[in-house]
Amino acid sequence: MSKILLHGTEAICEGAIRNGCRAFFGYPITPQNEVPEYMSVNMPKVGGAFVQAESEVAAINMVYGAGGAGVRAMTSSSSPGVSLKQEGISYIACARIPCVIVNIMRAGPGLGGILPAQGDYFQATKGGGHGDYHLLVLAPCSVQEACDLTYLAFDLSDKYRVPAMILADGMIGQLMEPVELPPMRPLSAIPKKDWATDGGYGAERRVLNSLIIKPEELEPHVNELQRTYELIAAQEKRCEEYMTEDAEIVLTAYGTVARICKSAAKQLRKEGIKAGVIRPITLYPFPSEAYAKAAEHAKAFLSVELSLGQMVEDVRLAVNGRRPVAFYGRTGGNVPEEGEIVQAAKSALAKARLPE
Amino acid sequence: MIRILLAGQGGQGVLSVGKMLAEGGLREGKEVSYLPAYGPEMRGGTANCSVVISEEEIASPLCNEPDVLVAMNGPSFHKFTPRVRPGGIVLVNGSLSDCYAGREDVAVYDIPANDLALEAGDMRSANNVILGALCALTHVVTDKSVLNCFNEKFVGRPALIEINRRAFALGKRAIDGQDG
Repeated sequence: MSKILLHGTEAICEGAIRNGCRAFFGYPITPQNEVPEYMSVNMPKVGGAFVQAESEVAAINMVYGAGGAGVRAMTSSSSPGVSLKQEGISYIACARIPCVIVNIMRAGPGLGGILPAQGDYFQATKGGGHGDYHLLVLAPCSVQEACDLTYLAFDLSDKYRVPAMILADGMIGQLMEPVELPPMRPLSAIPKKDWATDGGYGAERRVLNSLIIKPEELEPHVNELQRTYELIAAQEKRCEEYMTEDAEIVLTAYGTVARICKSAAKQLRKEGIKAGVIRPITLYPFPSEAYAKAAEHAKAFLSVELSLGQMVEDVRLAVNGRRPVAFYGRTGGNVPEEGEIVQAAKSALAKARLPE
Repeated sequence: MIRILLAGQGGQGVLSVGKMLAEGGLREGKEVSYLPAYGPEMRGGTANCSVVISEEEIASPLCNEPDVLVAMNGPSFHKFTPRVRPGGIVLVNGSLSDCYAGREDVAVYDIPANDLALEAGDMRSANNVILGALCALTHVVTDKSVLNCFNEKFVGRPALIEINRRAFALGKRAIDGQDG
């Protein structure tokens, strides 16, 4: 199939629809309005449901219901809207209902601004709602990946019965790039769910619940969740390593920022400094091994984010004190230029070379 | 690789031209990216977009230091000209802007896009006048790709196709005889 030019938001929708998403619940917020707009046009075409909910809270609870009935369901919002969904997400995680939540991040905190940011890393990867749970978190860096990772998110979410999140910055939402769309997957090719509350008169009763009031029942349930997260960590870590084999300075970033880092790494190499980039594709589980491996020869790491420094904590855990990990970030909707990253990399390297 | 920054007032068709460049590049088998930046308003306000067309995979889609700047009005011209790469090209809509760049190391082409668009038959085709000039200067996409885009964009509206083709041709002609 030939490539077509699509917005990141449209690519997310196509990735979802083509992998069996047949229920979308949303509430408008910039910069992700193109997702519900596209879904409102295209869900009816495939016999799916599109509902513009009365609020973000309603939308996530509709996902809870549809997902529980075994339908591949999705909701989308941007930072403040995703905050509103957190209670629902925690319930969904406890009830072990697969679904996909899209967060096209905007600048915060508070109502913030509408421009690109990555300030929701903690919320997405550490469990933004209450209780012990995690989401599978995928971070696309291109329009193609916005499609492919959304497609993948539905499969992973079903497989582990853990809700998945697409964590993208506002640039992914606006960016237009060529995309090769995957073929439309027939619903009959999607594995059956033997736990779904999808009706069945006289069949064995199925219950999906997030209220487990007896401690002797809740603890094993939470432990089972934990075992699932361990399994996910063992099987689903993904990252891209770019010129890291011989890198003395390893830049690391996710989403579109990683692409600016690649440009910066090329520039640094032109100036004779061996630079590489590690780009986590799964933010949870975090691909720590790539950092541990790079720490064997790198002199320093630099985490570049559209935040005050969030992923850098996971990078430091992964590097585990073996090398210095510096940070460079912009906030408020500003995006660092290649030159700023080159400078930050040079100063990180210079600091690392100073005698103790 | 060529990095093009197109800027103007919302409603001037800056984003449309950017999209057409990306679409044209894609049809010619190149890697392309298109990144718009605009305010919440449909008209008025400022709009700009970064278009990258490349033979290789595009790392950063940003145009902080563009090779080519298209400025559809005065404020955009003065805001973005300082960012253009030394040796780069600036196309300015002379109908709505002066063309004093304040630097010697970029080639400035003064295209009276609004006047030529009126001559073509509709002022709203000023964006495609500039597109004609841009294609004549840089050959970033072929005329054929652009004309195909017009045919698709204005399908069923032959009068509009004709106006925009004329606008495109006038823009191309405006480059002849200018040496920047």
